Amino acid sequence: MIQTGDSALTARSSMEVYGRPRGGTQPEYRHLPYRSCEKRHPTHALIEIPHTLSEITGPQFTLEDIRKSSCDLTKQGSGEPSGQRIVVGGQVLDEDGRPVRNSVIEMWQANAAGRYMHRWDQHHAPLDPNFPGRGHTLTDDSGHYRFVTIKPGSYPWSNHHNAWRPAHLHFSLFGPAFATRLVTQMYFPGDPLLPFDPIYNCTADEEARKRLVSSFDWDTTIPDIALGFHFDLILRGRNATLFEE
Amino acid sequence: MRLYATTSQTVGPFFQIGLQLLMNADIASPDGLGERITLEGQVLDGDRIAIPDAVIEIWQANAEGKYAHPEDSQPKPIDAGFRGYGRVETDDNGFFRIRTIKPGRTPGPGGSLQAPHLEVTVFMRGLMKRLVTRIYFPGDAANENDLVLNLVPEARRQTLIARECGEGVLRWDVRMQGDDETVFFDI
Ligand SMILES: [Fe+2]
Repeated sequence: MIQTGDSALTARSSMEVYGRPRGGTQPEYRHLPYRSCEKRHPTHALIEIPHTLSEITGPQFTLEDIRKSSCDLTKQGSGEPSGQRIVVGGQVLDEDGRPVRNSVIEMWQANAAGRYMHRWDQHHAPLDPNFPGRGHTLTDDSGHYRFVTIKPGSYPWSNHHNAWRPAHLHFSLFGPAFATRLVTQMYFPGDPLLPFDPIYNCTADEEARKRLVSSFDWDTTIPDIALGFHFDLILRGRNATLFEE
Repeated sequence: MRLYATTSQTVGPFFQIGLQLLMNADIASPDGLGERITLEGQVLDGDRIAIPDAVIEIWQANAEGKYAHPEDSQPKPIDAGFRGYGRVETDDNGFFRIRTIKPGRTPGPGGSLQAPHLEVTVFMRGLMKRLVTRIYFPGDAANENDLVLNLVPEARRQTLIARECGEGVLRWDVRMQGDDETVFFDI
């Protein structure tokens, strides 16, 4: 809970604050199995600060901001991309189960061969000119979103000998406030690489990391076209108002 | 039962693919209100090696100290066209540059007023979850009584205050580790 004086609570009478993460459900900054962390984690403890107007507001985007992109990643080239077509959808909710409406989602990924369309990706696998590998959408009034894309391939990386990332999609969400910003990754059920991936295995709480794995979904599977996967995202929610406690 | 927030994962090295569309190095339009500033800096790792794959995001109020957000109910003028959002990636030498305006003062805890500041999110390959920090302005008398700044041990406060670096140019670096490690906040 926030440590502030009584006067601060009074000043916040109309200003709820966002909940802190449940223990063990978020990674530590110092997560050394992921080698790049070593020189890139803070060594001092973070300084806890109260939520002011600066933290409970945040950038808001509209369809206009993302009109140059699309939620269909299979229609961004002149032809069809290679690979297994999939539909990925779900709901964005806050911690009280309320839908996060009209909120931008950015998504990016490797192609079916496990290669990113990025100048630094040197993986010896083919690029797909019909698959730039990024999409954007806005959640609807019930917090739902949906992407049509290609199942990404696994790719090797230099973290340790014979290291391979499990197939994943990168997600970026803003939510209603600066405090609700989230960047994460979605995985696929049954991926044999999951137990060996230091990025996936970053939380003390096993249930938390399992929620990063989507589930196969008949309801959104399109006959003859694409397999469906379901993936919900939960953003930080507001604490009950301090006066109700 | 209460849900709990999805686990954060690193932005990875290839974030540019997904984050390019909403990159924005010009937070303020040329005809917007306020004192114009160019903010420059470098992101450095624990060995003082430049980090070429970091993203800096800014959130700020307008020159009057009002946020472009429905929850800011202050009776202050909205600056049409001023959203207050910026996002830049570091270049091959770890440098970034953002053009914006100095924000006004915004409400703080206990009816106080905060000193002008920018809210900052840092993402990078190797970082498992976002880091949050703030940029304050050099020589602003309000810094002395800013309640957030005062939560920071005095010896580390200077990591949050940009340096004057020529006419209208401010310099602010992110140091992930070391004696002058940047102060990061738990929000
Ligand atoms: Fe990736």
